Amino acid sequence: MSPVPSLWTLLDAVKDPEIPVVSIWELGILQDICQPDEGVVRVKLTPTYSGCPAMDVIAEDIVRTLECSGYPQVEIERSLSPAWSSTWILPNARRRMRNFGIVPPVADSANSIACPQCDSTETLLVSEFGSTACKALYRCSSCGEPFDYFKPI
Amino acid sequence: MDMQQEAVKDYGVRLGDDALILGHRLSEWCGKAPALEEDLALANTALDFIGRSRLFYSHAAELEGNRVSEDTYAYTRDCREFRNLLICELPCGDFAFTMARQYLVDEFYLAFMQGLTFSVEQTLAGVAAKAVKESRYHLRRSRQWMRVLGQGTDESHDRLQTAVNDLWGYTPEMFEPDELERKLVAAGVAVDTSGLKDDWMKAVNKTLAEASVQRPEGNWAVRGGRQGIHTEYLGHLLSELQFVQRAYPGLEW
Repeated sequence: MSPVPSLWTLLDAVKDPEIPVVSIWELGILQDICQPDEGVVRVKLTPTYSGCPAMDVIAEDIVRTLECSGYPQVEIERSLSPAWSSTWILPNARRRMRNFGIVPPVADSANSIACPQCDSTETLLVSEFGSTACKALYRCSSCGEPFDYFKPI
Repeated sequence: MDMQQEAVKDYGVRLGDDALILGHRLSEWCGKAPALEEDLALANTALDFIGRSRLFYSHAAELEGNRVSEDTYAYTRDCREFRNLLICELPCGDFAFTMARQYLVDEFYLAFMQGLTFSVEQTLAGVAAKAVKESRYHLRRSRQWMRVLGQGTDESHDRLQTAVNDLWGYTPEMFEPDELERKLVAAGVAVDTSGLKDDWMKAVNKTLAEASVQRPEGNWAVRGGRQGIHTEYLGHLLSELQFVQRAYPGLEW
C-alpha cells in the first residue's frame, strides 16, 4: 500500500497523449510516487522508447495536475532500469486500447493480429513503424481499414 | 570528478555522439523518403537514436555535476570535439546507401548494446537495455531492406552493391578499441568492441549472400572519429544541427 493513495488517484487523470484512453499508470510509465519532504512530491517515470516525444508532455501534465491540487513542488525522476516492457500494460488498458482502435501488443507471432474494427485475422503489415515509434502500421484485408498496432518490446 | 568518472563521462559522450549524428542523418529523410511508410519509419528510427543520445548526454552531464546539460554537448561543441564513428556522419546518399549503412551499424549496435547491459555503470546498462530492444527492431527492418533491394531490380541491386562498396572501409573503425575504451573495459564499464567483429562479420556475410551482394575485397579503412578527426561532412551537418543555438545562444523552446 502506497503511503500516498490520494496522489495515485490524482495522477490517474494523466493519460498518454497518443492514447488518451489509457492512464500512465496503466501503461506502466508511472513507476512510483513519494513525498521525500514536506510539500515535495517526487514522481518516477520510465519511458517506453528512448526518444518518445510524449514523455515531455506527460511530465508537464503531471506537474500541472499536481500544481492544481496544491502541490507546487514536483520533482520528476527518470528511471531506465528495468527497461519498460509492453507486457506491463494492464489488461483493462489493453481492452480500452483496442476499442480505441489500437491493437495491443501480442507476445508471440505477428499472425494473430486481429483487426480492431472487424476482428478479422486477415491483416497485413504495411510498415514496421506507424504514427509513433511504439506502433506499427497494419491494414485489414477484410474490411480494408488501416490500423495501428502497439509493438511488443 | 575523479579520473575514472572523467573517463566514464567521455565514454558516454562518444556514445551520445554516435547516436546524435546518425539520428540527425536519418532525420534528413523526413518529408522526402520514397514512400510515406518509409518516411515514418526513418523519422521514427531517427527519434530512437536522438532519444538515445539524450540519455547518454544527460548522464554525462550528471557526472559533470550538471554544470552542463545535454544541449551543451549537442549544440556548443565543434567538429574536433565530436567523437562519433565516421560511418555515422556520412551523407545519406540514395536510399540504398542509407539502408546499407543502417544495416551495417544495426548489426554492430545490437551486439554492442547487449554487451553494454553488463556494464558496472548502472545508468549505461539501463540505457543499453532500452537500446537493445530498439536496435533489434531496427535490424529486422534494415536486414529486410537489404534482401529486398538486393533481390529487386538490376538497378536496386547495383545501387546496393555500390553502397556496400563505398561503406566497407568505414566499418573497421567500429571494432578498434582506443585507450579510453581499453581502460574502461578493464574497469568493467565498457564493451570490448574488438571482440564483436567475428560475429558481426558472420552475420553480415549471411545477409550479403541473401541479398546477392558481393562482399567487397581489399582492406582500405578510414578512421579517426574517436580521436575527433572527421570527414569533411561533419562540419556541414553541425552547421545545420547547431544553427539556432549558434545564432541565439542559450535559446530555449
